[in-house]
Amino acid sequence: MYGWLWRHLPGPTTVRVLISLALVVAVLAACFTWVYPALAPHMPFNDTTVGD
Amino acid sequence: MSEDQAAPERTSRRGRRPRREQSRASRIAYGVIGVVGELLITVGVLLFGFLVWQLWWTDVQGNRAQAQVVQELVREPAPSATPSDGGTAKPVVAKPRHDDPPVMKEPKHAVTFATMRVPRWKGEPERPISEGTDRPTVLDPKGVGHYEGTAMPGDVGNFAVAGHRTTFAKPFNRIAELKKGDAVVVRTATLDGGPGTDTWYVYKVVSTQIVAPTDVGVIAPVPNEPGTSPTERYMTMTTCHPMFSARERYIVHLKLDYWAPVSDGTPAELLKAAS
Repeated sequence: MYGWLWRHLPGPTTVRVLISLALVVAVLAACFTWVYPALAPHMPFNDTTVGD
Repeated sequence: MSEDQAAPERTSRRGRRPRREQSRASRIAYGVIGVVGELLITVGVLLFGFLVWQLWWTDVQGNRAQAQVVQELVREPAPSATPSDGGTAKPVVAKPRHDDPPVMKEPKHAVTFATMRVPRWKGEPERPISEGTDRPTVLDPKGVGHYEGTAMPGDVGNFAVAGHRTTFAKPFNRIAELKKGDAVVVRTATLDGGPGTDTWYVYKVVSTQIVAPTDVGVIAPVPNEPGTSPTERYMTMTTCHPMFSARERYIVHLKLDYWAPVSDGTPAELLKAAS
């Protein structure tokens, strides 16, 4: 999967490394912004109130 | 002619086919295993990312957001006075009042109506208190939440609040440090300027307990005596226990010690903590 990705990235090694890093950052940013906040309410901790 | 040329090719290819098929099949199998392995590693890394987000980033974001809520809150400044011999202005110490305090109306859901500070928690910022205790609109973004329907600050009954002990800026992280007699200082905002606005309410810790999440008696008007009509002014803080678990709740009960209008000065407890 990553091998395939690496073979399909354009340019010399330096450029490929930079593009890969940019992709990693983009994926993590997406996780921080949307994925993790959506997951958090389903985690079995963090409840602070009494009742329910 | 072309058929004649093609014919031997076809037979030779057919003869080799089993070996080629086998190597192709194993190549596919190894490829699939490789991709599955890479996916598993990716999931592991992303789960680690979730921990970083939950344990660190929600605190960073929460602290920033809550500081902004406090900063944007409209309220009267506490007065300070310049000593007669010159020098720098010092905050005036508010005179404790023990008569019946004014009480504000319960605000609409998610409205921030007060802030709280705990002198024992040195270094902790002032935290906003907002109406409601659901996580998406109050506890996660705004810090401390007021149980809807419980007493307002200073009122007879139980002013009950909840806050995170871990994650989302963890306003009640150091709750276990509270000891009997420790002060919690609540300051109401200006809002509509009606009774109970711009007022200090100084509560003192009377007891702590650890209960099951279902034990709603702790936020009853008389704590742990549901159905009893209150005559005293209580405050109750609830948070999770143990840390990083939702198995139990850590509860701190307090009683109103005194109150003072913000225009009279600042409670001595806060000035002592600052010096």
